[in-house]
Amino acid sequence: MSVQQDDLDGRLSRHLRRGIVTGAGAALIAIYLGSVGLLAMMNARPVVANVLTLAQTALLAIAFLVGLLSQRTSAKDRSPVFWTAPLAGLVAGLLAAGFASLILSINLRSIFIALTPPLARLLTFGQPGISGAGLLVAGSVVAASAGALYQRLPHKVRRLIFPAALAVLLCGMFQEFIQVILQSNALFRWFAPWFYGWDGLTARGGLTIFAIALAFAALPFLVRRPGGFAGSAGSHPWRRSAPALLVLLLLLLVPIAGGPYIAQVFLLIGLYVLMGMGLNLELGLAGLLDLGFVAFFATGAYITAILTADSPLALAHYTAVPSFPFWAAMPLAVLGAVLMGILFGIPVLGVKGDYLAVATLGLGEIVRIVVQSDAAAPILGGAQGILQIPKPQIGGFQFGSAVSLFYLTLAAAIFAAYCAWRLERSRLGRAWIALREDEDVAQAMGINLVQSKLLAYAFGAAFAGLAGSIFAVMVNSVFPSSFQLLMSINVLALIVVGGLGSLSGVVLGALVLIGLPEALREFGEFRYLFYGLALILTMRLMPEGLWPAGRRRRRIVVPATGARSAQAARP
Amino acid sequence: MSETSLITAAPGASARKRINGIDIFMWVLRCAVAAIALFGTVATLLEGRYSLAQWFDFAMFGLTLGSVYALIALGYTMVYGVLRMINFAHGDITMTGAFAGYFVATGASRSGLLAAHPILAILAIFTIAMVTCIAVALATERFAYRPFRNSPGQAPLICAIGVSFVLEQTVRGMFGSGVKSYPVTPWQDAVVTPLGMRIPVINLFVMGCAISAMVILYLIVHRTRMGMAMRAVSEDKAAASLMGVDVDRVVVFAFALGGAMAGVASVCYALIYQQVHFFMGFAPGIKAFGAAVLGGIGSIPGAMVGGMFLGLIEAVGPALFLDGLGITAPYQLRDAIGFLVLLMVLIFRPQGLFGEAMAKKRA
Repeated sequence: MSVQQDDLDGRLSRHLRRGIVTGAGAALIAIYLGSVGLLAMMNARPVVANVLTLAQTALLAIAFLVGLLSQRTSAKDRSPVFWTAPLAGLVAGLLAAGFASLILSINLRSIFIALTPPLARLLTFGQPGISGAGLLVAGSVVAASAGALYQRLPHKVRRLIFPAALAVLLCGMFQEFIQVILQSNALFRWFAPWFYGWDGLTARGGLTIFAIALAFAALPFLVRRPGGFAGSAGSHPWRRSAPALLVLLLLLLVPIAGGPYIAQVFLLIGLYVLMGMGLNLELGLAGLLDLGFVAFFATGAYITAILTADSPLALAHYTAVPSFPFWAAMPLAVLGAVLMGILFGIPVLGVKGDYLAVATLGLGEIVRIVVQSDAAAPILGGAQGILQIPKPQIGGFQFGSAVSLFYLTLAAAIFAAYCAWRLERSRLGRAWIALREDEDVAQAMGINLVQSKLLAYAFGAAFAGLAGSIFAVMVNSVFPSSFQLLMSINVLALIVVGGLGSLSGVVLGALVLIGLPEALREFGEFRYLFYGLALILTMRLMPEGLWPAGRRRRRIVVPATGARSAQAARP
Repeated sequence: MSETSLITAAPGASARKRINGIDIFMWVLRCAVAAIALFGTVATLLEGRYSLAQWFDFAMFGLTLGSVYALIALGYTMVYGVLRMINFAHGDITMTGAFAGYFVATGASRSGLLAAHPILAILAIFTIAMVTCIAVALATERFAYRPFRNSPGQAPLICAIGVSFVLEQTVRGMFGSGVKSYPVTPWQDAVVTPLGMRIPVINLFVMGCAISAMVILYLIVHRTRMGMAMRAVSEDKAAASLMGVDVDRVVVFAFALGGAMAGVASVCYALIYQQVHFFMGFAPGIKAFGAAVLGGIGSIPGAMVGGMFLGLIEAVGPALFLDGLGITAPYQLRDAIGFLVLLMVLIFRPQGLFGEAMAKKRA
């Protein structure tokens, strides 16, 4: 009897502790967002005009997630009870309210620049004093309970609600972006006012989008054939390539519809996709973590600049070399980048693992410092860079606008994707993958390590050089300050988030990591915080990335299906 | 390039190894770097542009900077020793300490404590910076590194790069992106002149702090039980754990010690340059990693010597190697020299000057 009582007490205290700990964690996250300055910035962006700002959405989402997590079954807690959710919400709300009153009562701004009274007002939903704190606590409890309820819903219902809510959030967050597209076309202009007012998504628009998205999410359930496909999503080749085709279609159409600004954003995304595919060959396939990748990009850009520019630094100006058109300079830029890749690769051939990352980082930094210095200024222009790079021309047509340059990049990216796709399935690609998995075994299998590694650097560099060449004509000039280490990190982040070794992952990663910060311009200064968090969270929660590479998936799945089909064949 | 394969393990086999283009390239690279350094040195010395006192100043500054590098390098060495992982964020952990020290220092300077009781104020600055660094290091270990303890491949390093960015950007978001200047005390500008040579007090102070911190650390690692456990884990994790060593506790201890050293380093670094900035930790961090590898990763005296060497090369290098070659503005290339040293070490001597061959085994 007493043993049971002890057990009950133990469980009770465990639930109590779980509620308090998750609640405190949520409050810490909210406090962090506030003190870094993100909340104040998010408050300026409405999700639903005059109803909900992004900051409020984020706070509610944190409380919601806490409720959701408190109901998750884990190895420690097999039967979570419902009341932990409101408890966690209560704890989170109380701590956040305490934080808000702390901001108001003590002036911390001389140290923490973001802890301002507006932040406190934001946390308490604009209400002063005790009523604001009460509102915060109540909101937190309600959101946490909602999260708990959501977690307890059947899986099918959750799969309906989540995409719908996400659609509303995206349509609200990116309203400027979407409005630009909507204004471009008479048909769109006709129904736009239903969804968007001048200051953002309207409430009725939000509800309509929710309903439409719900209907779309329900579609697979309604047209479900006997046998279903939920368990065998990878079985139809077209089903797996359909999202990729959709993305491609979107890439083709959006820049025309959206005008120069959106074309510019997509152009940038395209350049990063090119670089991402290059680094993907090195890191995703061959397993060489190269943090000096930006050096290849810079090589491509500088060679293009020196050969084509109309400036005293161009080769044509002080040697007998004629001034090149872009189309002749681009292959040379790619070739130069390849040479750079090989030169870069030879010294670090024997360096492995973590040391390789630091060594390549050092190489990249040396290249940047040398280019930036006055010592190299007579040739490369030093910190002032090289200016007046002409736009490419075909006949009379000049690739002057962002839209036309975007299509040039898209063509380059499609060509590069085709090359990467063929390379991945070639003998060399398999050699790279063997190299990634185990260098010594690969060597024992007869793979020429030196050759395969150098080819990985060379191909990776070729893609980056191509991107650099287009980048140079895009901005009409090259500066050493454009080729910071941060750029290598950007590329690394986008292929990690997209999924190492996955081509579609590169595109998705670039859309998320390059496109998002461009669409949410005011968050530009938080871009690297976002990247850092993306790297950590991806590695912790989904190391295969958003769109895992097929080959990795196959490696895990093949034995299982093979065994199953063997069993099926037996009777 | 792994020359030690089983087949060629017979004595004398390495001598018969085929010489290929890659080896030639590497030798050319080695000789080119050596030749540039040599010609530059000879040319500079013949030119005689710098006086002996100037060289002395360079060397003094180099040793001061080097002692800071050495302190940071110790953090890398200890973590690498027990975990075989580069704590990429260590430079940024150092930066957080510098910020903590900065806020204490400005507070003390405003209240007059820094002028009235400088020793007390300096002690407070060091303590707060060390506590901050230790706290950040432990939090990093707990939330970012521990989940990857046993995962192979690049996941831990990629995560560490992420941590580095999160730390930088958090500090930037919380405290602003501007360069903050450290309060200056009168004694910082004082100069002593033993034997007719001018030595700024601050240099002596920084070197003294660094050396005493390193001596304390050496005693902890070599004289205490926990230090012995740490050495055991860095030798062989599995065997140590079989002998009853709690590996988790040792890892936490290593991070704490590294954090403490980073705290001392951060204040010293801020005292030398008299400013703090959210990006200040990155370059010294990477270069200090080079120093740790140079001295032989896992070795405490090695980190000291490596750091001093790196500091000296960086301070003397631009003038000694490059000035004579007629390169304009050689000081802009200072960081490049530091990175070149790092690179040469990683390429040609990954086991370091007196490290065991451990680095070669894993890296």
